[in-house]
Amino acid sequence: MSIIETKNLTYTYPGGIETSLRDLSVKIQKGKFVLITGPSGCGKTTLCRCFNGLIPHFYQGELVGETTVVGLKVAEHPIYELAKQVGLVFQNPENQLFALSVEKDVAFGLENLGVPREEMRKRVDWALNLTGIYDLKERAPHELSGGQQQRVAIASVLAMQPEVIILDEPTSFLDPLGAKKIFEVIYDLNTKLGITVVLVEHRLDLTARYANHIIIMDNGEIILDGEPRKILNSEKTRLIGVGIPKPTRLYQILRKDGVRLSNTIPLCSDEMATMLREALKS
Amino acid sequence: MIEVKDVHFAYPNGVEALKGVSLTIKNGEFIAIMGENGAGKTTLIKHFNGLLKPTKGSIFVDKVETTEVSVAALARTVGFVFQNPDNQLFSETVEEEIAFALKNFGFKEKTIKGRVTWALNLLGLTQYRKTSPFMLSGGERKRVALASVLAWNPRILILDEPTIGQDHQQKEKLLQFILQMKTQRKTIIIVTHDVEFVAECDPRVLLMHQGKIVADGEARKVLTNPEILLHASIIPPQITQVFLQLSDFELPKEVIDVYEAREKLLNALERKAK
Repeated sequence: MSIIETKNLTYTYPGGIETSLRDLSVKIQKGKFVLITGPSGCGKTTLCRCFNGLIPHFYQGELVGETTVVGLKVAEHPIYELAKQVGLVFQNPENQLFALSVEKDVAFGLENLGVPREEMRKRVDWALNLTGIYDLKERAPHELSGGQQQRVAIASVLAMQPEVIILDEPTSFLDPLGAKKIFEVIYDLNTKLGITVVLVEHRLDLTARYANHIIIMDNGEIILDGEPRKILNSEKTRLIGVGIPKPTRLYQILRKDGVRLSNTIPLCSDEMATMLREALKS
Repeated sequence: MIEVKDVHFAYPNGVEALKGVSLTIKNGEFIAIMGENGAGKTTLIKHFNGLLKPTKGSIFVDKVETTEVSVAALARTVGFVFQNPDNQLFSETVEEEIAFALKNFGFKEKTIKGRVTWALNLLGLTQYRKTSPFMLSGGERKRVALASVLAWNPRILILDEPTIGQDHQQKEKLLQFILQMKTQRKTIIIVTHDVEFVAECDPRVLLMHQGKIVADGEARKVLTNPEILLHASIIPPQITQVFLQLSDFELPKEVIDVYEAREKLLNALERKAK
């Protein structure tokens, strides 16, 4: 079942000279971990804005085509209604946090929906626990580290219990260990709770291993769409200038050299090391 | 040359961001400063152009102590590109943005024109000459900020997180650009979390942790030492991780690059075949 579907989407921002999305049709299945990548300005962020209704409700511009999310036609439902189903986490958590305590920030969306107090408390605690920040609930968000702040942002979205979470380069400002922990939290939400994840990222080295669906965009269009191993091994991917993970690249080069390695393309260093171990032993 | 002598720095709220940092950066060096969020990286580089002055200790840029000169005077030598371009951009068009500092430094109109065109071209921004910086994407705004600093041709260039929001091709271009600056004997200092980028450009790495420098050396030495990296919340490059896992096969540990990895592996496989 598709949880997100766009049909022939074409969009131009108000006052924009160039078309940001061109006749774009895509289907995302429920429960997938989807990675969207492509060169800067290819339309990744714009596409995500269509998924959660920021386009057309906030950004006006010129829109043709249709987006359906969790069975709702996005154009026909206001953002606050869509927000119950589709959560968005920004690149910089500072743009998203504002309350005096972590707990209040996480509860904010629920208050706006008029969720009863008892239910609210339950959901906030649940979200805080899942993201590993329960102990920080009394703290002021602006006093926390970047990684902790991003967890607060994710918890706020999670408390709404959305079907889909969209994250636009959520770890750009974090150190590598902080980034890894965030990706692991997201991966857990996907595998344990079945939440559909849409992640926009340039750095496939850090993220390809988690995905089971990759979409590569260029110039407002989808160029490749499908299973990660197949897509990352495609020559086309490399030529568009997508930075494929280094272990995947090493695999390709060694295969070209005639080294006998298994046919399963590795997406991360662990997979590559296991494969090499076999080659070096046999 | 930048000389940092036992520098301590505390913010007005009492947070001690630097706790005794000493180092020398020679002309023409390329340096990457790495470390966890809050390690003191940005605080340190803000001392290099005099934006911050040490609470204790001293900093000399070309033998002049930073407390003796104004930030404006230092700026001619030390160009600083902020992490968040929005802290830096304010003009109505990209072109005006790049020309702004040049005007302040009193360059002639003709020189300004030439420099602006050069910088736009170098960073692939020519098509946006008349566009408002605020219409551009985050990655593009970062390049505008970089172009506006490059235009006045500072001898020391400091880039705070230059790869954030940049795609693979732009990172390649940034790498080429840094190498080009190196051949011109410019000093380049970057602050970054991007381990893969550092592995590709192979600079001298300064690793910071809680206000101190905990490692200082070639990228291939520092980035292949997982214990010390973990201390600073850094994870080794992917290729290094492969080799660390294969340590029982008599393979070298200090590998950070794909092509080097290929060579070592082909050798090992050949040895085994014999």
